[in-house]
Amino acid sequence: MSCTVTMTVNGKAVTREVEERTLLVTFLREHLGLTGTHVGCDTSQCGACVVHVDGRSVKSCTMLAVQADGTSVTTIEGLAAADGTLHPMQAAFREHHGLQCGFCTPGMVMSAVDLANTHPNLTEADVREGLEGNICRCTGYHNIVKAVMAGAEAMKSGTTQKVAAE
Amino acid sequence: MATATGIGASVRRREDQRFLTGRGTYTDDINRPHQTHAVMLRSPHAHARIRGIDTSAALKAPGVIAVLTGADMAADNVNGLPCGWLIHNKDGSPMKEPPHWPLARDRVRYVGDQLAVVIAETREQAKDAAELVEVDYEELPPVASIRAALADNAPAVHDDVPGNVCYDWHLGDKAAVDAAFAQAAHVTTIDLVNQRLVPNAMEPRAAVGEYDAATGDHTLTTTSQNPHVIRLLMGAFVLGIPEHKLRVVAPDVGGGFGSKIFHYAEEAIVTWAARKVGRPVKWTAERAESFLTDAHGRDHLTHAELALDKDGHFLALRVATQANMGAYLSTFATSIPTYLYATLLAGQYKTPAIYAEVKAVFTTTAPVDAYRGAGRPEACYLIERLVEKAAHEMGIDKTEIRRRNFIPADAMPYQTPVALQYDTGDFAKNLDLALPAVDYAGFAARKAESAKRGKLRGIGFATYIEACGIAPSNVAGALGARAGLYESAEVRFHPTGSVTVFTGSHSHGQGHETTFAQIVAERFGVPIENVEIVHGDTAKVPFGMGTYGSRSLAVGGSAIVKAMDKVERKAKKIAAHLMEAAEADIEVKDGRFTVAGTDKSVGIGDIALAAYVPHNYPLDELEPGLDEQAFYDPKNFTYPNGCHVCEVEIDPDTGVVKVERFSAVDDFGRVINPLIVEGQVHGGLVQGIGQALYEHCVYDEDSGQLLTGSYMDYCMPRADDVPSFEVNWHEDQPCTHNPLGVKGCGEAGTIGAAAAVMNAVVDALSEHGVTHLDMPATPERVWRAIRQNRPAMAAE
Repeated sequence: MSCTVTMTVNGKAVTREVEERTLLVTFLREHLGLTGTHVGCDTSQCGACVVHVDGRSVKSCTMLAVQADGTSVTTIEGLAAADGTLHPMQAAFREHHGLQCGFCTPGMVMSAVDLANTHPNLTEADVREGLEGNICRCTGYHNIVKAVMAGAEAMKSGTTQKVAAE
Repeated sequence: MATATGIGASVRRREDQRFLTGRGTYTDDINRPHQTHAVMLRSPHAHARIRGIDTSAALKAPGVIAVLTGADMAADNVNGLPCGWLIHNKDGSPMKEPPHWPLARDRVRYVGDQLAVVIAETREQAKDAAELVEVDYEELPPVASIRAALADNAPAVHDDVPGNVCYDWHLGDKAAVDAAFAQAAHVTTIDLVNQRLVPNAMEPRAAVGEYDAATGDHTLTTTSQNPHVIRLLMGAFVLGIPEHKLRVVAPDVGGGFGSKIFHYAEEAIVTWAARKVGRPVKWTAERAESFLTDAHGRDHLTHAELALDKDGHFLALRVATQANMGAYLSTFATSIPTYLYATLLAGQYKTPAIYAEVKAVFTTTAPVDAYRGAGRPEACYLIERLVEKAAHEMGIDKTEIRRRNFIPADAMPYQTPVALQYDTGDFAKNLDLALPAVDYAGFAARKAESAKRGKLRGIGFATYIEACGIAPSNVAGALGARAGLYESAEVRFHPTGSVTVFTGSHSHGQGHETTFAQIVAERFGVPIENVEIVHGDTAKVPFGMGTYGSRSLAVGGSAIVKAMDKVERKAKKIAAHLMEAAEADIEVKDGRFTVAGTDKSVGIGDIALAAYVPHNYPLDELEPGLDEQAFYDPKNFTYPNGCHVCEVEIDPDTGVVKVERFSAVDDFGRVINPLIVEGQVHGGLVQGIGQALYEHCVYDEDSGQLLTGSYMDYCMPRADDVPSFEVNWHEDQPCTHNPLGVKGCGEAGTIGAAAAVMNAVVDALSEHGVTHLDMPATPERVWRAIRQNRPAMAAE
């Protein structure tokens, strides 16, 4: 059974024919070749697949591509500016060594951006609780928390463009 | 002198650019033209005879190209997956090594054991078709645990392995230990479980096999920590492909923690199948498959006794451990509970006599092998629990009892009674630094304050030492290893002065692209952005043993230093020629080569150019080029050590344990990049805390089914389960036997943390008469332990 889905991904309109059972994460990775979004589990817990759908974080493994029809999706590839300047949250993760193997990182960063967008005064406890849905096995979370706090500050004070990459 | 990009600098990582922008290349990201997709058919039974496999319906399913079984592999003379370490029994006979077929032939031995591979145009088609394969299973009784394996009349997991015993090994001096126990003023006994864990790197395993019929070249892309080891094992032992016709590539790998060291069946299956179907074959595990089939860790049952004199000095240690190998021997499985465990049983102490017996058994569960720490967390947990139990029983302060027994710094190098010789270490100093860091003096007041709020508070220590920087090849070989454990490096200067370093180490989170570059940048004064580190491809890096056992800097980094030494020797000759001076008069500092006593100098960049454009060059004495390779075989293990302290608060009504503070003081020898070292410690600490409080891989005793088969049932530590940490180290005790003076840091956090947490938990519960609690200290276990001595409380 297949159907047509249309959505905006990282600022670009895309239309594809997909099987109805196609997950959004599969659509992104395999149909659009955007492999930055990762699959880490099969029970919707690990968060490696987090993207933004209409500005809010969503686990793309738990959403069908057809459910995203007509929406605007941002993946990790669309976070940095068109000229390659890192988003403040990305820059903060690098500065504070908030990643090691990098596999959980795209989902972690996307969750963190949404957390910062929706919580004007994040505390360490807010960050730890807010990232309950993102599992990391490498960092022990210590530096991720530092990065998110710093990234949130930078988002407040600096430029906050979420411009789509090409 | 530290520069901004040299040794000791917290250089931000080069690899972050691609990881942060979603441009990493993990194995599942790779797609080859005309590729096919493989799905493994896995046994739903813990133990069964395969009476027949009917693939006819599956073969007719849409998109299916092939359905291959163990019989097809047997017809192609595919061999079993090898075990890389031969252990001998007490009587000198060799261990039992039953075959481990990549696709099961006549029997399956754990839930998840693969017996067929379905290859189709798409993954969905392969999955759909796999459900149409009909297998006639004759179920056999499961053997789901160590106890089940060793029970009288236990079913045999392998028919030619009596009593399910793989080996019965020992180390140490039984007579000396028995004599010491006879003199002991006090004996502390403990029975403990080091529970089975699932490593759960966030990237599931994946493999892509390719075959070029025109050239006969095979390529395997795989989520491995050591592509050269896979090439050796799979090429030489399983598929019979010579090295020069087999390329193994481990691209970006999303975490390993040991679980991606081993040569897995799926690697051989896709490599073999690619040749059979004539198209690339791609396989990616689902998380459920990772739970079922990634090598698990730990799984020991131990009975141990510590003999002490009246002043709390340790006289002897006696240990009997039973270790679970799982259904088949994974690559290094046999070495973990023997040479990586028993040899660490002296810990940081002068205990003069030690005897350890280890019995390894087969069960109908997933194979068990190295998982971060690999044997050393098991040793540390045992010793440090015994030490604090003894301190409690004898009424001696837990830090004082350690001080009385520490090996003093001036006794180094120190030969332990369990084979290893420690090179350096100041254990008392670690403790001295740890006590104020965690405000040990203020603990009593904090405990009283917790009590006012109805909470229990405890503090626990773990003073650990470990052996890593694996390993001196001759020693390892004498102990049964079937491979060498050197490392290789090639340092290649390019004509315009940039450098490429080819290393046999592999980075799957450790940041080598940055830290290895720091070493080169510092030595030769080359800007760090001009130093490129290449790893993970056997076509580019000729040899290597990979990254595990905290060895990459100690062994891989040392190989780079040796290669740089060769570069420097040659560069000096070139410099002497360029400056018309004697080679003996050339002094080298920060990449500048100066004629002693003058201001005549040339930089490494000019030397490199001269080497590749040899117009003014001593061609009759020296070849052009500036490109040197070195191998480094370590002279000894390295011995990182430290003191971890954990403070917990427990709610007696719910049993919930909260880690309030955790302080680590470590000795890693010389530190190259402090930011990265801290990150390694943080990650290790959380895995140790995970074992202590949250994680447990459980098989059902009656059916052999894996009950904890997903993140719903297996509790991974999440950000709100753990605190931030206090991490410190000192560099006063560099390693004496490698050129960098480094000891390694990748596993230390995991080695000390579980013991420190459990000592704190038991300390908190001691007022309720609890003297031991097995991991994980879940709320239920804690709640029950509190009430086991207080029936009235249980009734509330």
